[in-house]
Amino acid sequence: MSQVHIHPLLVKYAREGAYRQPHCPGCGNGIVAQCMLRAIDELKLNMDKMVFVSGIGCSSWIPSPFFYADMLHTTHGRPLAFATGVKLGNPELRVVVFTGDGDSAAIGANHLIQAARKNIEILTVLVNNRIYGMTGGQVAPTTPHGMKTKTTPYGNMEYPFDLCKLVEVAGASYVARWTTFHNRQLVSSMKNGLLKKGFSFIEVISQCPVQYGTFIGIKDPAELLRMFRDISVPAEKAKTMSQEELEGKIVIGEFVNRERTGLAEAYQQLLREMEP
Amino acid sequence: MGNEACALGAIVAGCRFFAFYPITPANEIAEHISILFPKVKGIYIQMEDEISSIASVIGASWAGNKAMTATSGPGFTLMQENIGYAVMTETPCVVVDVQRCGPSTGTPPLPMQGDVYQASRGSHGEYPIIALAPSSVEEMFTLTIEAFNLAETYRTSVVVLSDAIVGHLMETVEIPDISAIKIVERKKPEKNSGAKYFLDEDVAPMPVFGLGYRAHVTGSTHDEGGFRNVEDPVYVDKVVKALYRKIHKHKDHIVRVETKYLDDAEVALLAYGSVARTANYVVKSARKEGMKVGLVRLVTLWPFADSQVGEVARKVGKIVVMENNLGQILSKVREVAAKYADVEFLPPRIIGTLHEPAYVMDYLRRICK
Repeated sequence: MSQVHIHPLLVKYAREGAYRQPHCPGCGNGIVAQCMLRAIDELKLNMDKMVFVSGIGCSSWIPSPFFYADMLHTTHGRPLAFATGVKLGNPELRVVVFTGDGDSAAIGANHLIQAARKNIEILTVLVNNRIYGMTGGQVAPTTPHGMKTKTTPYGNMEYPFDLCKLVEVAGASYVARWTTFHNRQLVSSMKNGLLKKGFSFIEVISQCPVQYGTFIGIKDPAELLRMFRDISVPAEKAKTMSQEELEGKIVIGEFVNRERTGLAEAYQQLLREMEP
Repeated sequence: MGNEACALGAIVAGCRFFAFYPITPANEIAEHISILFPKVKGIYIQMEDEISSIASVIGASWAGNKAMTATSGPGFTLMQENIGYAVMTETPCVVVDVQRCGPSTGTPPLPMQGDVYQASRGSHGEYPIIALAPSSVEEMFTLTIEAFNLAETYRTSVVVLSDAIVGHLMETVEIPDISAIKIVERKKPEKNSGAKYFLDEDVAPMPVFGLGYRAHVTGSTHDEGGFRNVEDPVYVDKVVKALYRKIHKHKDHIVRVETKYLDDAEVALLAYGSVARTANYVVKSARKEGMKVGLVRLVTLWPFADSQVGEVARKVGKIVVMENNLGQILSKVREVAAKYADVEFLPPRIIGTLHEPAYVMDYLRRICK
């Protein structure tokens, strides 16, 4: 008789009856989920006081229904707007948004910019697989220039977003980018984001062997992870490189880590001042 | 002003979260709330659009707040997807739509009752809605409170369908004894109650975030526990019917209709919102001239008062539906009244303006001959 070993993080943090993962084999979402649970576990955070909010797309199913905490699985592109209400509505809650590049770089990109500008105390983990995975491999605002997808059969004529730069200039307190290969750095970054008293944004470049992998001709998840390793450039090193040298590379690291009063705290200060 | 009364009604109802995007003719609601809310520990936030306004309202509701947003036609259109989400996830919230002339940008400061069907059918899928139509500044106060009571009782989104006339109207209002006003608080689940937080046609208790319920809330098709099931059509059937029954089973408690002079009436004027003000005035004048005219005022637009209107139709020979549009609630009236009485439609002489009393009187004199 074979013995079933259940991962200790699963026993501790998974919602009963939600063990079955909906993601495709080899998807990076499992790595991202594990990194988040490790970060929560290492910080010993109380899951009763955590709220996870997600939108629509593959990344939204990372916490929903898997994480055993209060969970708001919302509409396409809007998780940050919902999360803003949750955080302002009860500032004691620790709010984490899981979103994707379709969710928050396309249909909901303005909510991402505005949440960063408001500096609302929310950690946003944006899983960027650079394609629309769930709907079958259509071009995204993060798809590399020239790449063929289901809806760019002759190559992508547009250029992709640099989401970290976008969120940085919008005003976020914490900004970082990693890939699913850099899981230890990702855990440490998530811990920083979870403790940050302002808007935190972590972009995770993640492998999609089924859609993205098919279009670039690499369907083996391990090979995609090795590719991430090989094309990643630390932020410090990137500063010394030219635009041409950075072509096709992924710049990783912590880009912003600054202190500014978050919106929920600012509002609480006002309420205290207004007390009779 | 009607919009100011709405803001005060929200505060009395216990609303402590309000999100908004500027739009004419609803701005005064936000202006008053932004001043008053910090004094009552309420949160006012201006969001980047109406989509995020309603989204943050829903989030705040799950965080334990009574929550509201206000808008007008174009913004109401943007809110529709998330209004459907509020209904689907059984989230109490109030949406005030101060209607203006459309379609599109239309004429922002002028009134129209153009959003009657948008209120009930604006989101995709099959769902029920509650919508109330205030006719006066006083009702902007009382019906905003009632909207919250209904939203919290039935765990759903409730629309206050006002318009530019009622919203911008100035009239004297007597604020009643606040302590005597009935305020409904939401039912929270007992701990370890089996986590059945959804799809009870008698309204499941609502878990508030942060209290250890660890609820799973999704706009996808789900079961009583909130677990997503997007494979089996049996769940679609169950969700759609449970949400519908939750409202329609309790119609008698929800629907309010006001009637006047109907006992011997041969003609009934049927109106709601700002138009009901003219109808009310005209009925009195008509009575003075000996015309047997009565009044039916719909306070609740949705769910539609089918049994009440059907009953009126059995008594009178003719129902004249007055609306500031080309006939929206008219089709619902015809559906229940046409087999008992003649149903006629009377829009204002110029759409986007009030029905002038003299114009309605002329019409009545013609048909009452």
